[in-house]
Amino acid sequence: MSPEIDDTAATVTPPQKFTALSRMFHWLTAILIFAALLIGFTMVNWLAGYATLRVVHMSIGALVLVVVVLRIINRIGHHPPAWPPTVGRREGKAVIWLERALYALMLAQPLVGWAMVSATGKPVRVFGVLPLPRIAPFNIDVYSVLRETHSILAYLLVVVIAAHVSLILAHTTVLRDGMLRRMTFQLRRSTK
Amino acid sequence: MTASPSPRPTWGGVPLTRRRLVLGMAAVGGFLAVDLGAVAWAGGWIGAAHRLIPDDFIKAFAWVNGKQPGFRKNHGKGVAVAGYFESNGNGRELSSAPVFQAGRTPVVGRFSLAGGNAHAADATATARGLGLAFGFPGGSQWRTAMLNLPVFDNSPQGFYDRLLASKASPDTGKPDPKAMAAFLAAHPETAKAMKIIGQTPPSPGFADSTFWSLNTFYFVSESGSRTPVRWSLVPVTPPAPRPTSGPNALFDAVVRQIRSGPLQWKLMLTVGEPEDPLDDATLPWPADRRAIDAGTLTLTSIETERAGNARDINFDPLVLPPGIERSGDPLLSPRSAVYAASYRVRARESTSAPAVNVDQVTP
Repeated sequence: MSPEIDDTAATVTPPQKFTALSRMFHWLTAILIFAALLIGFTMVNWLAGYATLRVVHMSIGALVLVVVVLRIINRIGHHPPAWPPTVGRREGKAVIWLERALYALMLAQPLVGWAMVSATGKPVRVFGVLPLPRIAPFNIDVYSVLRETHSILAYLLVVVIAAHVSLILAHTTVLRDGMLRRMTFQLRRSTK
Repeated sequence: MTASPSPRPTWGGVPLTRRRLVLGMAAVGGFLAVDLGAVAWAGGWIGAAHRLIPDDFIKAFAWVNGKQPGFRKNHGKGVAVAGYFESNGNGRELSSAPVFQAGRTPVVGRFSLAGGNAHAADATATARGLGLAFGFPGGSQWRTAMLNLPVFDNSPQGFYDRLLASKASPDTGKPDPKAMAAFLAAHPETAKAMKIIGQTPPSPGFADSTFWSLNTFYFVSESGSRTPVRWSLVPVTPPAPRPTSGPNALFDAVVRQIRSGPLQWKLMLTVGEPEDPLDDATLPWPADRRAIDAGTLTLTSIETERAGNARDINFDPLVLPPGIERSGDPLLSPRSAVYAASYRVRARESTSAPAVNVDQVTP
């Protein structure tokens, strides 16, 4: 990286990027999970939109599950690039737990949603046509636990995602350590 | 770091300038405002005061009927039934749904009385419900929640306002006539529908009731043609009920009738013409519309509501098999949403004994 682009006061080594595949997975899950959360919160409070949004929400959930499983496989195979030196030891530990929590939530939430619909005895059909097997017995008590869990996990996702984005933004704007750039796709610019 | 005389705090070895801190707080604050604001808006905590949400119905039912823990918030009083549907294959002309292939599909269902009081005394004037789940719990199951009324409300607001107006006054035990008059004045469409309902006095019991789909649905055939359909279950002469009385008179009668022999209904699929209303459940279709006899529903058993039977089924009218689709009727999505809300609430409440206990009905 040319020195004139790096205008940070502290001399930080330019951060390494995640692989293109990892970055693609990251932004794909970000978009899907944002959409699933907002649609989920909206549909239960919108009489006229409920029926349509329920189908959309369940379909996105199925996509999230597929993408997250692939992403976890990718994560196991690819060690992420080192953090910028601005991440201290204690912060690093917290970030590791944050990442683990995020992965666990992303994986658990669609599974809980799927099981919850299964427990009502309703058919689980995504994209309006694709039938999925039921993964929980028809049982209203099982449904109830899963249904309440689905809401709790949704709020946890909101909190953990807010913490994750806030931390990246704080690093990027306050410390200028290029934290965000590890995950972005550089738009090709002409050499200047 | 804090005890150091250095005036400038650091983070990760980088000194924090005021400019950068302000920028950082603006970025994080801006993001959190948009992010959490979007969640709060979607969740209905902001900006939802002016519109009806499913929870309003749950609250209204509790206001009208008192808390009914563990029971359906509407149609709280009921009994579970089971049997089968014998399709004659005629329905295949309209729909590719497996239930219309010639042959037998198992059915579970529930007779109920409209209203949120799960221990209300039976009255012939109370609307009777029949919820059915064809092919439960299979992937192509078809659920329907029908009433012994040919027409219904045509908007969630109409239903909600009627519900509030139906609250019994503590003095008379009956709905306040002034509230009902005000409701009917505000909802002339429901006033008209009630007039239509009033033209046919209710039959003596569940077994000889005709049940209607209330809403319109699209039936989609194998060739892909879409037909607007309303269906009804027309009773096949049931055994005469013995005279019953008491708070469970209607339920006791149907329990005894099923014990003495299966109850049957013809499933009639009424085909809408282009000029027929598809999105207004207060308006009946003309009586001369073509109706296809698709087969016979036979109910063979009846049992007290308990864990794992029809008690735990949400008769969501939008659980449809391939071959039946939702129409533009604006009541369908709200029905689905409110039924789901009721199901969630009652699922987390502890249950108590239902009013109708089949074992206590004398032979």
